[in-house]
Amino acid sequence: MSHHETLPAGHYHHLEPEQAYHSAKLAMWIFLATEIHLFGGAFCAFAFFRWRYFDDFNHYAGQLNWQLGALNTLVLLTSSWAMVRGVDAAQKGLNKLCGRWLIVTIILAFVFFGIKAIEYSTKLSHGIYPSTHIFWGLYYTMTGIHALHIAVGIGLIYWLYLLTKKERFSTVYYTPVEVIGLYWHLVDVIWIFLFPLLYLLGGVGAGAHH
Amino acid sequence: MSNDTNHHTDKHSGDVNYLNFEKGFMSWWMSIDHKRIGLMYLVSMIFFFAIGGLLALVVRTELMKRGQTIIDNDTYNMAFTLHGVIMIFLFIVPGVPATLGNFLLPLMIGAKDVAFPRLNRLSYWVYVFGSFFAFLAIYFKLDTGWTFYSPYSLRNAPAVMSATMAAFVLGFASILTGVNFLVTIHKMRAPGLTWDRLPLFVWATYATALLQVIATPIIGITLLLLFLENAFGIGVFRPDVGGDPVLFQHLFWFYSHPVVYIMILPAMGIVSEIIPVFSRKPIFGYKAIVWASVGIAAISFLVWGHHMFVSGMSDFVRYLFSFLTFFVAVPTAVKVFNWVATIYKGSVEFTSPMLYAMAFVFLFMIAGTTGIHLATLATDAHYHDTYFVVAHFHYTIQGGAVIGLYAGLHFWFPKIFGRMYNEKFAKIAFCLLFIGFNGTFLPQFVLGMMGMPRRYADYSTFSNVDTFEYLHFISTCFSYINALGYSLVLVNLGYGAVKGVKATANPYNSLGLEWQTPSPPPHDNFETIPVVTDWSYGYGEEYSDHDHNGNKKVVAKPA
Ligand SMILES: [Cu+2]
Repeated sequence: MSHHETLPAGHYHHLEPEQAYHSAKLAMWIFLATEIHLFGGAFCAFAFFRWRYFDDFNHYAGQLNWQLGALNTLVLLTSSWAMVRGVDAAQKGLNKLCGRWLIVTIILAFVFFGIKAIEYSTKLSHGIYPSTHIFWGLYYTMTGIHALHIAVGIGLIYWLYLLTKKERFSTVYYTPVEVIGLYWHLVDVIWIFLFPLLYLLGGVGAGAHH
Repeated sequence: MSNDTNHHTDKHSGDVNYLNFEKGFMSWWMSIDHKRIGLMYLVSMIFFFAIGGLLALVVRTELMKRGQTIIDNDTYNMAFTLHGVIMIFLFIVPGVPATLGNFLLPLMIGAKDVAFPRLNRLSYWVYVFGSFFAFLAIYFKLDTGWTFYSPYSLRNAPAVMSATMAAFVLGFASILTGVNFLVTIHKMRAPGLTWDRLPLFVWATYATALLQVIATPIIGITLLLLFLENAFGIGVFRPDVGGDPVLFQHLFWFYSHPVVYIMILPAMGIVSEIIPVFSRKPIFGYKAIVWASVGIAAISFLVWGHHMFVSGMSDFVRYLFSFLTFFVAVPTAVKVFNWVATIYKGSVEFTSPMLYAMAFVFLFMIAGTTGIHLATLATDAHYHDTYFVVAHFHYTIQGGAVIGLYAGLHFWFPKIFGRMYNEKFAKIAFCLLFIGFNGTFLPQFVLGMMGMPRRYADYSTFSNVDTFEYLHFISTCFSYINALGYSLVLVNLGYGAVKGVKATANPYNSLGLEWQTPSPPPHDNFETIPVVTDWSYGYGEEYSDHDHNGNKKVVAKPA
């Protein structure tokens, strides 16, 4: 009745490859749900304070550089596309090609960091700190947590790259690439929500003093 | 439950098993065997339970007499805070899932391990890592209470930052366990183990894992915001710059109410396993218990406001939270009726696990009915922040979750260690524990009704100080008996684990799958993956040609 009966006892390869693939994907989806909840709490706080300090929030949102924000959105979307190409290559067992797309993804992630660093340093040089106003407190918190996720993603994708170097993936085994790809898309999706929430709500350039 | 591993039962007892197949500290620390990880969790948690318990005794001793008894006010604040933080975050939140859940889940579903054994080990490592931050909080003199309410929690940044970091990291351990268990239950059940045959402990673990993954991230972001508030002053919870402490309470309780069910649901699962075995009857209302577990998990997300009836909310919202809180009583009562109906006319055997299980039902009923007092708006205005809440909470968590854990520890002890504890000694310890517990907390209901506030180091300026002192004195005396009971349990179980009489594979003649493999189980649990043909509660149903759903049995017992 069970295929397990033919498996040697005492080993940790206790899952069929098929079963392992589906388990890993399910686990990642559940984990992504927890990520949405994590950000959801911050979004609730943002919604609450925006409602309470409506004018302040619109004013400060206008001080953010929406052009840089939009550019970063484009950069992340492109990196997601590069990731998709990487997953596709892995599924075909093309390790070298997969590795190249992963490197493209990583480079784009660093471009995102560079643009974010310009934004942060401009704000800080104008004396805008997390303690300046709740809007800025939440801005630095939410974009900071998001940036942390990008950093973790870079580490994971680099690890995948090392695996492609060892020719680890094949048409029957590409689970890590696909699962980390899911994670990378979520990080992208969260930015897609953060960008309009922080930069665009309240009208572009409404309070552009800086 | 029929399966094809019965004939191995006794052959391997005492031979190579998960406890002795590898030796040395590193073989445990690096192990990815779910049974070893569960046991390591258990030992760590009992250690923290002992520390938390000693702190409770310090608190109780200080309250024994009016005025200063043994410690000054600031030390008292630290003592009750650390009691709460350690008991909640290091002991009862990981609680049953991390210990018995880890040990039993794969055994009960006929798997060789959880879906992600390395993730499981990581969860334990993260737990140990998180506990260091808790010690750091002690070093910085944390005294906010376990709830970290703002603005109290904005006064001692190093302590609060360490404590929130501890809770955040420990939350990660909890999420990893939850994800792992959900996937394990979905993907790794043995052939024939359909959802309607799943043991109730597994169902309870499933509902708990759902809560772990849905609720824990919310406390994660809440504590992260509090951390950043202390580090950079982001303003969100700081009232003097326009932030809102009540928002902290909302976010905090959105997690911290469901977490009560993270503590209690697995204990209910344990009780559902023990009662049929020692009543020798099938569990009554299997499906009702399953739906009650899932229902409790669902409703638990809609009731957090009952912690904030006097914090400032609109009347309409308070009515809503009050009503929804009453509503949780329905699935809970369904379970109690089912347990009682299972015992009814059974041939009940009063073994120590059964005594603990019955104590759970009794104590949890007191916890539940006093919960109704607190869910009622008018009475809560009086009871809020009094000893009534303290007593209610301890009936729920100690009378419920801890007694449930101890029920399970006694029940599965022979499976875990392959040995037996001393049954007579276990019963004596249980009696002390039961009497001590009730003697400690029943007077606290009265104290609360008379207006004794919680978290006060002293009550000598109250007008009814004489009655307060009298009741506090009784409570403290019984708390020593309670502590003696717990110590005896630990001595008995500790001695039994090393020197106890060898246990057979299935000492209770239970139908559960975990009993159909040697005690202690071999490293991979089952020599061959079992094939399941019926549920595991068919006591007295062996000779029926219908299964528990009323369908004619198709598969005969394998030879
Ligand atoms: Cu609650």
